[in-house]
Amino acid sequence: MPFDLPFLAESFVALLRGIPLTLQLTVLSVVAGGILAFGLAFMRISRRWWLDAPARFYILVFRGTPLLVQIYIIYYGLSQFPVLRNSVLWPFLREAYWCAMLALAFNTAAYSAEIIRGGLLSVPAGHVEAARACGMSGFLLFRRIVMPLALRQMLPGYSNEIILMVKSTALASTITLLEITGIAAKLISESYRPVEIFVCAGAIYLAINFLVARLFAWLEYAVSPETRKPEERRA
Amino acid sequence: MPDATTMPAVALSGIRKSYGPLEVLHGVSLAAREGEVISILGSSGSGKSTLLRCINMLEVPNGGSVAFHGETISLDQTPGRAPRPRDSAQINRLRSKAAMVFQSFNLWSHLTILENLIEAPVHVQKRSRKDCLAEAEALLERVGIADKRHCYPTHLSGGQQQRAAIARALAMQPRVMLFDEPTSALDPELVGEVLKVMRDLAAEGRTMLIVTHEMAFARDVSTRTVFLHKGRIEEEGPPSEVFSNPRSERFRQFVSREHLQG
Repeated sequence: MPFDLPFLAESFVALLRGIPLTLQLTVLSVVAGGILAFGLAFMRISRRWWLDAPARFYILVFRGTPLLVQIYIIYYGLSQFPVLRNSVLWPFLREAYWCAMLALAFNTAAYSAEIIRGGLLSVPAGHVEAARACGMSGFLLFRRIVMPLALRQMLPGYSNEIILMVKSTALASTITLLEITGIAAKLISESYRPVEIFVCAGAIYLAINFLVARLFAWLEYAVSPETRKPEERRA
Repeated sequence: MPDATTMPAVALSGIRKSYGPLEVLHGVSLAAREGEVISILGSSGSGKSTLLRCINMLEVPNGGSVAFHGETISLDQTPGRAPRPRDSAQINRLRSKAAMVFQSFNLWSHLTILENLIEAPVHVQKRSRKDCLAEAEALLERVGIADKRHCYPTHLSGGQQQRAAIARALAMQPRVMLFDEPTSALDPELVGEVLKVMRDLAAEGRTMLIVTHEMAFARDVSTRTVFLHKGRIEEEGPPSEVFSNPRSERFRQFVSREHLQG
């Protein structure tokens, strides 16, 4: 009975319909979380305690509690506050989709902030000093010197974070969203055949993450031409 | 308003710098006229690098003032607070006219040598990329590493990196050049190639302030030698005078010690 091929194929096709939502949740939360993460990383390295302390607290809370708990608190908890129910945000916050997105974004922001901070701190002081001595400062210095150097240090850690995020979207199924895992749970409740269905779901996550890993490997290669010998580079 | 050409290229007046309770410069005054090559000597901890870094505000002095061609840098030196420049636009403008060469080269590792040279001219001075590239190529030719222009800094030897760093400084068409122990991080056999480039620059009349341990270079190339001891100028004058007939006993000892080591 295990691995009834036609059933496997049928489940696979059904699960493919969950991919767009999984990717949407990943991409939007990573973008929003990434922006928030930059803000947090700058607060952390600001050397002003009143900026550093809130960022530290935020990171402690969102790294220190389970993502599932965060999703539940946002989805079930926010509706307890009349202020929010009556606010302009309520049309968003009552939707499971936006709650999942919010929780994922808040969560990844905490981890990404530390990755970004590590990257920024890795930039050699002498490189920054040379840029200052040439009259660079502010955003120009950040864009031309600090960020390109920090990026090289951040990418390996950040690719890890993105892969974790792809998998974390599975938790959105617990608040009714029909992404890959949500569809899998629905199919199982209809067919009582968890093995085939989860194998299919796992294979889809694996394929997505394979592509994510390749993308980051290519990015790392693309941003670090200096690590290759001149003859290996195309001019 | 005095004519800028008659003003010293750089004028330091009463520079004081402290780190917490420790004062490392106790009011140093020094002026470099256009075309002067001033070598700044001193043992480790004498404050000579700090003095050089106060010129382009990599270190902001707690007291005293710095002027380029008569334009004084506006500083907030309120006691009890960290000193800081009042006008960052002024700082950036003056910095791009006072190029610095560092002990550890500090070429940007993510840019090729050519890209290192045009970075500040294009993005800070807003000159045309085409002109900058042509000028950068010529400068690399001049310092003898034109063949390395598409290499990244890590693929160059220390001497080549420092020559590239000097070319990067020249690419900004600076009116003053600051050298912070430019040969101290080099293997002995690579020192000569860097000093040769610097000799050529001195010969063409560039205004240079050089913190160095190279006694022979200081004696032969500079128009004036300044000896710093514990944050004060201990000896100052043309090298022909101070080396043959030093007034200060400490400088006499310093010279003989450095000569024994060299």
